Amino acid sequence: MKNKFLAGPYLIWMALFTIIPLVIVLYFALTDSVTGRFTLANLAAMKDYLPIFLRSIWLAAISSVICLILGYPVAWCIAQTGPKVQRFLYMLVMLPMCISFLLRTLAWVAMLEDTGIINSLIGRIGIGPLPLIRTNGAVILGMVYNYLPYMIMPLYTVIIKIDPRLVEAAQDLGCDHAQVFGKVTLPLSVPGIVSGITMVFVPAVSTFYISQKLGSSGTTLIGDVIESQFKTAYNPNLGAAMSLVLMILIFICIGLMNRFTGDDDEVMTL
Amino acid sequence: MSKELIRLVDCCMAYDGEQVLDNLNLYINDSEFLTLLGPSGCGKTTTLRIIGGFQKPTSGTVLFNGVRINDVPPHKRHINTVFQRYALFPHLDVYDNIAFGLRIAKLSETEISSRVGEMLKTIGLVGFEERKVSSLSGGQMQRVAIARALVNRPNVLLLDEPLGALDLRLRKDMQVELKRIQQQMGITFVYVTHDQEEALTMSDTVVVMDKGVIQQIGTPEDIYNEPKNAFVADFIGESNIIEGVMLQDRLVELFGRKFPCVDSGFAPREPVDVVIRPEDVDIVPADSGHLCGTVTGITFKGVHYDIIVDFSGFKWLIQTTDFHPVGSYIGIRLGPEDIHIMKKSKYSGMFGDYSSYSAEYDEIGDSELEPAESEEAPGYEE
Repeated sequence: MKNKFLAGPYLIWMALFTIIPLVIVLYFALTDSVTGRFTLANLAAMKDYLPIFLRSIWLAAISSVICLILGYPVAWCIAQTGPKVQRFLYMLVMLPMCISFLLRTLAWVAMLEDTGIINSLIGRIGIGPLPLIRTNGAVILGMVYNYLPYMIMPLYTVIIKIDPRLVEAAQDLGCDHAQVFGKVTLPLSVPGIVSGITMVFVPAVSTFYISQKLGSSGTTLIGDVIESQFKTAYNPNLGAAMSLVLMILIFICIGLMNRFTGDDDEVMTL
Repeated sequence: MSKELIRLVDCCMAYDGEQVLDNLNLYINDSEFLTLLGPSGCGKTTTLRIIGGFQKPTSGTVLFNGVRINDVPPHKRHINTVFQRYALFPHLDVYDNIAFGLRIAKLSETEISSRVGEMLKTIGLVGFEERKVSSLSGGQMQRVAIARALVNRPNVLLLDEPLGALDLRLRKDMQVELKRIQQQMGITFVYVTHDQEEALTMSDTVVVMDKGVIQQIGTPEDIYNEPKNAFVADFIGESNIIEGVMLQDRLVELFGRKFPCVDSGFAPREPVDVVIRPEDVDIVPADSGHLCGTVTGITFKGVHYDIIVDFSGFKWLIQTTDFHPVGSYIGIRLGPEDIHIMKKSKYSGMFGDYSSYSAEYDEIGDSELEPAESEEAPGYEE
């Protein structure tokens, strides 16, 4: 049982940087900012932020669905190609992730601004300027753009593992191409779909940078509010309470998603 | 009596310039149990996949009931396949796996239910309807795979090494069961295997293939008793293959000695390959033998002993129920029926010499497909 010790460094890491911070978050969330006494006031204050919570979940959910719709065909197509092409295409999918997240988002600002690239281009043919930036659409665009690779990767990994003989077996039993997809390929890629949605939804629901750069005061997300509690409003207790609630909401969402894969299937989560 | 159902005419298949099938000509009769037999890479699975529609021959014609079906996709052929390693749908339970084809055909649920129920009875898995396929043992998965194909009542069932992953005992039981199902339902079976014993046990017709070429087509008895060349003789059972010269009809010279035989139709003094089956050799005391040699090895095989006898440098395998210790000097006698003459072929000299014999000889042929799961190791973990 020596092997157990190999996990030691990680366990220490986790204790130091995950468990202890979680305890601190919990402590701040349940104490008063002035007196330091136990209180549920911070959690009770959440109801004022309900619309922001809902907006965050709503935008993250839409982004996840768009990522799935865009990402599934890509993942499927990559999986159909030869091994060399596959490696190349997979690298292309990963490529944007080599560039800083901040830079990628800022680039969209330059594109979408009222005086940005898109508006100045369509301005030349007499359209616009259109309100592209500071909209829900721009925030969703930013989320989809940034998190799409996280959808494609798990989908590709699952689709590539589907036994080609299952496809042949379905054809053998009378399925045309559409039926093969609907009856075999799609059901067997459910673990990838769940995993992909989780990997897009979780960072999207808690993001703040995208909404700050591409959104407006009307598109404030819960991540923004949490950030402001620590940086501008100096109320870490309220910020901690929000983080706690967000975390619980994410767990609930993941739990709901995993129900779709059934109990004894391979479940891949973060 | 039986009519022709499938015919392959001059079928060739090449991948990346490598010839996998070379001008294959084959016909399959209705309700026949035909086995494609050969070592791995001989083209037997490719032939099966061409019949199933999963591959198109690079040239040649595939006929079904006299109609060309080269371009008919698999889902439009009245042919079903039992895949190697079953290829059951892991996301469906046993019932839904078997019902898959019927649902695609849009049969009513009552019809589906009765046909699946009937099939479950045939394969002896009543009560397994709701089981996940991952919780089945190898033998059970095999049965489900067969049921999933047969429930569609195809004209032809293709089976690609269906018993390859089962242990020996279960394989024997399934051989009998498959043969029973085939006769009971009157369906044409095209069966692919590398196991010669399986082929001989089950088939009406055996097609022996090597390197993309059909070596011999015949009944199991024909193939065993009258092999056409050294490859077939060696692949089907054990054979001592000796160089001989045909002196005249029904007289052959071996080791400088004349033996009467039953074959004729060769040119005078034509060099030939002579097959002597190990079980046909009679062992006698050295002074009354046609040939005499020294025993150099003996292996106990249960029913008989395999002994290796050195006849002036050429080693024979002989099967006998009597014990002959290593070093004993024995004689053998060969009757005319024990000697089978074959024309020389490109396989001459490649097979039938037991000089490099090892006791594992009969395992070598079977090792190409490792049994991955056995009946004793069902995956019941949830």
